[in-house]
Amino acid sequence: MNEQNILEIKDLSVIYKTDLETVKAVNGINIAIKKKSTFGLVGETGAGKTTTARSIIRLLPKVGHVTGGSIEFEGQNLLDLPEDEMRTYRGNKIAMVFQDPMTSLNPVMSVGDQIAETIKIHNPHLSKEDVEKRVEDTLAMVGILPSRKIDYPHQFSGGMKQRVIIAIALACEPDLLIADEPTTALDVTIQAQVLMMIKDLRDRLGTSMLMITHDLGIVAKICDDVGVMYAGEIVESGTVQDIFEGKNHHPYTEGLFGSIPDLKATAKRPQAIPGLMPDPTNLPEGCVFVERCKYAMDICRKEHPQLSVSGTHKLCCHLFDENGNRKEANHG
Amino acid sequence: MSNTVTTAVPAAQEPMKFKKPSQVKEIWRRFRKNKGSMVGLILLAFIVLVLIFADFIVPYEDGIVQNLALKNQAPSAEHWFGLDSYGRDLFSRVIHGGRTSLGVAVLATISSCIVGSALGAIAGYFGGKVDMIIMRGLDIFMSVPDILFTMAVVVAMGTTFANLIFALTLAYFTNYVRLVRSQILSLSEVEYVEAARAGGSGSARIIISHILPNAMGVIIINTTLNVAKIILYESTLGFLGLGMPPPAPEWGLIISEAREFMRTAPHILLFPALAIVLTACSVNLVGDGLRDAMDPHLKS
Repeated sequence: MNEQNILEIKDLSVIYKTDLETVKAVNGINIAIKKKSTFGLVGETGAGKTTTARSIIRLLPKVGHVTGGSIEFEGQNLLDLPEDEMRTYRGNKIAMVFQDPMTSLNPVMSVGDQIAETIKIHNPHLSKEDVEKRVEDTLAMVGILPSRKIDYPHQFSGGMKQRVIIAIALACEPDLLIADEPTTALDVTIQAQVLMMIKDLRDRLGTSMLMITHDLGIVAKICDDVGVMYAGEIVESGTVQDIFEGKNHHPYTEGLFGSIPDLKATAKRPQAIPGLMPDPTNLPEGCVFVERCKYAMDICRKEHPQLSVSGTHKLCCHLFDENGNRKEANHG
Repeated sequence: MSNTVTTAVPAAQEPMKFKKPSQVKEIWRRFRKNKGSMVGLILLAFIVLVLIFADFIVPYEDGIVQNLALKNQAPSAEHWFGLDSYGRDLFSRVIHGGRTSLGVAVLATISSCIVGSALGAIAGYFGGKVDMIIMRGLDIFMSVPDILFTMAVVVAMGTTFANLIFALTLAYFTNYVRLVRSQILSLSEVEYVEAARAGGSGSARIIISHILPNAMGVIIINTTLNVAKIILYESTLGFLGLGMPPPAPEWGLIISEAREFMRTAPHILLFPALAIVLTACSVNLVGDGLRDAMDPHLKS
């Protein structure tokens, strides 16, 4: 494992298995998150982003199984850890912020108690006063009056609830914060506030972060590296510059950018990517994007594309050779 | 144009202070609004106080000592509820009998609630084989009619206060297993339980501090409603002669004894029946009010 990385996911595959079918949710993905940096995982609903996040903290639903690969966190493969040791990582070294602030807080517990719970679990030696002190500090950190620790979740607005959830996640100053679409459920003005707060706290605490989102604007604002996920695969990854600039992109990434409304262009509709994601119970043999790709070639249906690497920029498409250069001949 | 609006400027704003809106206070505030439930509560409080201080109101011996010369005497100033077929003071019998009846009912409810909730929590949370074993065991319990089952237990083990509670617990814990299990099944999927797990909470902590408090409303309501049912059920046992051994008074037993004299001395039947109805009614009213007061969706 590279010393500079806090988390390395290698060749991770996850399936959801029921009596009737096997859903291939994640298929051999590789992610490396550098210390104190933020990795953005983008992709549409059902691409396997949340499944990836849940595999990291090992909280997959009962039907979910990791079928291969490793998840190394600070040199330790999390998939090898026994459950009780894994528990000492959750909330303490790796924390997670869930998507919906309305349902992620226990309605019958005061927010202070909920923050205190995580602190107490991971710091059993702390006295009551110390825990309370830390609860107040944590609340102040996310911009909520410490005196409100005695209030219940229903007395907070959506944005405030999400702040509380972030406070819970950061209460033990984790090394890695997984944020699963933390602003999706909030309205736009609050989104910006919460996002800036996350960014600010990340910089202040030196937390590494895995930011899951389908909003490319968020990625541009706070991520250092990006992975574009599609049907359980990372089809393109690199630094923010690699993805947002340059000419060579995976057709899916192009499609994603094409579907953002452009303020400068006149009277141009955002271009949606036609079609739907392939059925994860029955993935195509070749490239997973072939059915929706406007550049689709014969080879795309038959063979899974190889990884093309140029510097930090990686993509997985038959249009490019292994060095990331566009293959001229096949164009069309 | 001078439409200047003068707004009252709050003088020197004090720093806002937040008081803890205690759950109990909130529930009480909402409970108080329900008139029917308040009547039930007052009635129940009265009944409970009378039962607690029964010895100061009328001596137990009055209900035991027979005076056949005065049998079936109608209510009078001296004997408020009259005398029964053995010439025993009915007022004393009803009040002291209530101690047994209500005592058994409350204790049986609590014990069936604890046993049932624990089993239901285990079955629901762990699922799989554990769930299967508990639920199939439960099916066996439920396949025998309640009354037959309790009778069998009481007959086999003898009619003592403890055995009555044991028998009633066995008959009633099944309700709680199913109730709590279903609550847990739905609650263990909710996001805040998921979030608690992501924060490093273990199974025991999640059940105790996240799932049970959220299921508490339903459990408490079911419990109050069950008290009423068990009072009636216990009276049924007494009526069948499987309650506390005579001459110890008990509502069901008094009614059963009064049966023969229904036409000639209806008061013997009337008073214990009234006691059962009032108690069951008041407990039901309180349970109803609690259900409304504890439902977070009705918060106002």
